[in-house]
Amino acid sequence: MVRSPRPSEHEITIAPVTRIEGHAKVTIRLDREGSVKDARFQVIDFRGFEKFCEGRPFYEMPSITSRICGICPVSHLLASVKACDDILAVTIPQTAVLLRRLMHMGQIIQSHALSFFYLSSPDILLGMDAEPAKRNIFYMMEKYPQIARDGIKLRKFGQEIIESLSGRRIHSSEWVVPGGVSSPLKREKAEAIQRDLPEALRIVSETLSNFKERLEILDEEIESFGNFPTYYLGMVTQNGEIEHYDGPLRIVDPNGSVVEDNIDPKDYAKYIGEAVEPWTYMKVPYLKLVGYPDGIYRVGPLPRLNVSSRCGTPLADAELKEYRKFGRNGIVQSTFMYHYARLIEILFCIEKVDEILKDPATHSDHVQAKASANRMEGIGVAEAPRGTLIHHYRISREGLITWANLIIATEHNNLAYNKAIAQVAKKYIRRGRLDEGLLNRIEAVIRALDPCLSCATHEVGRMPLQVKLVDDEGHILDQISR
Amino acid sequence: MGEKRKVKLATAWLSGCSGCHMSFLDQDERLIELAEKIQLVYSPLMDAKIFPDDVDVTLVEGAVGNEEDADLLRNIRARTRILVSLGDCAVTGNIPGLRNALEKSVQSVLERAYMENVDNKPQIPSEDLPKLLENARPLHEFVEVDFYVPGCPPSADLINYILTEILAGRRPNMEGKCKYG
Repeated sequence: MVRSPRPSEHEITIAPVTRIEGHAKVTIRLDREGSVKDARFQVIDFRGFEKFCEGRPFYEMPSITSRICGICPVSHLLASVKACDDILAVTIPQTAVLLRRLMHMGQIIQSHALSFFYLSSPDILLGMDAEPAKRNIFYMMEKYPQIARDGIKLRKFGQEIIESLSGRRIHSSEWVVPGGVSSPLKREKAEAIQRDLPEALRIVSETLSNFKERLEILDEEIESFGNFPTYYLGMVTQNGEIEHYDGPLRIVDPNGSVVEDNIDPKDYAKYIGEAVEPWTYMKVPYLKLVGYPDGIYRVGPLPRLNVSSRCGTPLADAELKEYRKFGRNGIVQSTFMYHYARLIEILFCIEKVDEILKDPATHSDHVQAKASANRMEGIGVAEAPRGTLIHHYRISREGLITWANLIIATEHNNLAYNKAIAQVAKKYIRRGRLDEGLLNRIEAVIRALDPCLSCATHEVGRMPLQVKLVDDEGHILDQISR
Repeated sequence: MGEKRKVKLATAWLSGCSGCHMSFLDQDERLIELAEKIQLVYSPLMDAKIFPDDVDVTLVEGAVGNEEDADLLRNIRARTRILVSLGDCAVTGNIPGLRNALEKSVQSVLERAYMENVDNKPQIPSEDLPKLLENARPLHEFVEVDFYVPGCPPSADLINYILTEILAGRRPNMEGKCKYG
């Protein structure tokens, strides 16, 4: 069939998006004048955990679902065992709670250190327009050896906490078990963590003060990187402090008013809906109280600070006070500030590690409640490094999984990704002109949100940059590559 | 003679959880020593978008789960001297391969995720996305593999051992050093 092509739209594809944890590409559509029409954050892989877990014994779920993600396996372990605890219908020993919390602090420290030092520090320290070949941790080792070494040490500190408890750093599912944990913390391991604490504290304190000094020269990024009002969702303690393991959920509106408080995480489906778009394997959650697609909300470190009344530890609270100066009504909204929030959370987690290790209840031998399935359904929710993580299972009378639903931190942010990319693109694409710095800025706004696409695909490097010229029926008329 | 040429190393991530890449990073300070001997030329940890020609060693994590995985893997094979199948997903299909046991595997996992477990616009995504393969399969069913490194993930020590041996021009002796899971 012959058609008369009418060039009406430009499409820009960035693929793969790099220095992020997963597989994604970005498509930006331009109108006839070369202005940005919209942006699509496309997640291009899918694995199918919600289905293929069926028929497995429920107590295998922590082991299977930790394999959703090698970056935040502990968070999956915890959401999963909490769903299993719910199925057992037991109260787990306080020592097990403390040890699981300790492990999760290690998880958040290592994952945030990965995000900040390994993936984003080249953008922050070298600038968005630095040579692509230099924007990575190996170049950082040459150019800023002390900072690179600090990043490695801080991530190692988090990983070693996990290893001290479970005997391995990644996929520790033999230790985290339904009803508690399988063994107590050894005294010498606790002492080793305690010995490393001051160095971890030094690193995060220095990083925070260096980062704050750079804020002035980063004002353009703060201004244009996903800087818009949304709702925010996160877990808090009963006192409204920041919480990562267990507690009610809170939703605040774009002005900072609490609109839903004391949400039992088991009621998640009353508040969160899930939609599907045809161009991405990542589902699109939205707030039911607003509807789709306007029910845009964010989760993760910045939203956790936004929904919390305070951190609840002295050093982190002092930092939080300074941080809040960058927002209104206690709400900081620029996505770029996720980096800042991440550093404050690392500080908080280090203080918590110290607190947990000093609690005598941490050192008891009573670590597991034994029971078999007493309920047919279980829901477990935890705050993963990237935000609220929900595991929901149903079982048969034999204890086999019949159905599972998972909502992953990165998915909650899906609407925000598209909006943030469009905002950066609008600022930096003029008349369809492209340059390397623009592309990196688009990737950098994605990095700031720190997607964990292994998770989001419960389920990299593909094509070069392409600019496609597409007619209004989607036929490619012309394309160029970098 | 000038400085000894650095070995060109690449890492790639197909359908997997990135745990093998995390275990690579778990080499911690040994990464600094490694950086003196290698030049990372392609990896999710850096910004190269195109798999380069003439790579000495590529570590590949994950099973082959979709059409793009298969294309990238063939591309890697054609441009790499030593291809290492890293971790249980790459070696056996492992977790992504769990779908293989289901009847109409791809259709059933897609339907559960995108038709049943949503309340708005249920549909199976397919626009400008790589098609999933009916079965998620190990690397060696697509291309020739030079070394197999099982583990979920393989330990950082094991990864360090393999790289050290390969960089020294020796063939790693895997006997008794690794296990599945």
